[in-house]
Amino acid sequence: MSQRSKVIQLYKTLLYMGRDYPKGYDFFKKNLRRVFEKNKGERDSEKIDKMLAHGNFVIKELEALYMLRKYRTLKKRYYEKS
Amino acid sequence: MTRALVGVKRVIDYAVKIRVKPDKRGVVTDGVKHSMNPFDEIAIEEAVRMKEKKLIEEVIAVSCGPSQSQDIIRTALAMGADKGIHVEVSGPEYETLQPVHVSKILAKLAQEEKADLIIVGKQAIDDDSNQTAQMVGGILDWPTGTFCSKIEKNDSELTVTREVDGGLEVVKIKMPAVLSADLRLNEPRYATLPNIMKAKKKPIKKLTAKDLGVDTSARIEILSVEEPQVRQAGVIVPDVDTLIVKLKESGHV
Repeated sequence: MSQRSKVIQLYKTLLYMGRDYPKGYDFFKKNLRRVFEKNKGERDSEKIDKMLAHGNFVIKELEALYMLRKYRTLKKRYYEKS
Repeated sequence: MTRALVGVKRVIDYAVKIRVKPDKRGVVTDGVKHSMNPFDEIAIEEAVRMKEKKLIEEVIAVSCGPSQSQDIIRTALAMGADKGIHVEVSGPEYETLQPVHVSKILAKLAQEEKADLIIVGKQAIDDDSNQTAQMVGGILDWPTGTFCSKIEKNDSELTVTREVDGGLEVVKIKMPAVLSADLRLNEPRYATLPNIMKAKKKPIKKLTAKDLGVDTSARIEILSVEEPQVRQAGVIVPDVDTLIVKLKESGHV
């Protein structure tokens, strides 16, 4: 896959994951667009690779955030005596 | 071939604030985000992990509900299930669909698909019934392990650790069996975008309850759905004397 399509793929994946974001999809979408636009002029292939790696790290972080949030909510709702 | 049948339910997302309809006949579902029941996610995850360890060969995800339930089946397929079965129940019948109906459907499907294992979430987060696994076990006369926090399989025997009041219980049961997943069984994987796309190629069989010979007519009547009582606002008292007066007024001392 070319670097260009990797970036597009990353953007699409992040957009998809933003739908579950606690602060709302719009908030996520706006910020996602902002950070991508900030670096749109980057031409250094090595730097882009680093950014891609960071993007994939963010995906993992989001997955962990959603899982933990769900787990904690359920635990609070069903397992902690009030 | 060992097959696992996993029940997945479409419920209102756990993060959504539930609102009761003005006519008190149910809760608002239109335009509300839905997702897979979290306990069913755990059930699917367990089945998929067993498949990855080559303990079982096929995972079938089943959902009973309106046409949107297919999205939930799709999520299950993206998590690693091999095929889906959608039993369409919609309209007023869906509103009064009870665990007894669903368990009859699951039991029938288990026989038709020759499943050896049925895994479901211990309860759904919308009606909190916690009945389906138990009833499926009853209908099929299969051993049932509820509230599993650990499942080990050796040949046709399962060693199941169950969460019971004040501790854990370890039981051995023979397959075919029914299991229900508790919260600590595993950590479900995220259905990623590429996997959702790939899941679109996996087959989903569409059936109706009638095809299976299950009567889904209402066995209950919903009289009223009420919001939980709102906690009353507290007051800040200036000193101890007023506190005592207030406490006496409300009959606490």
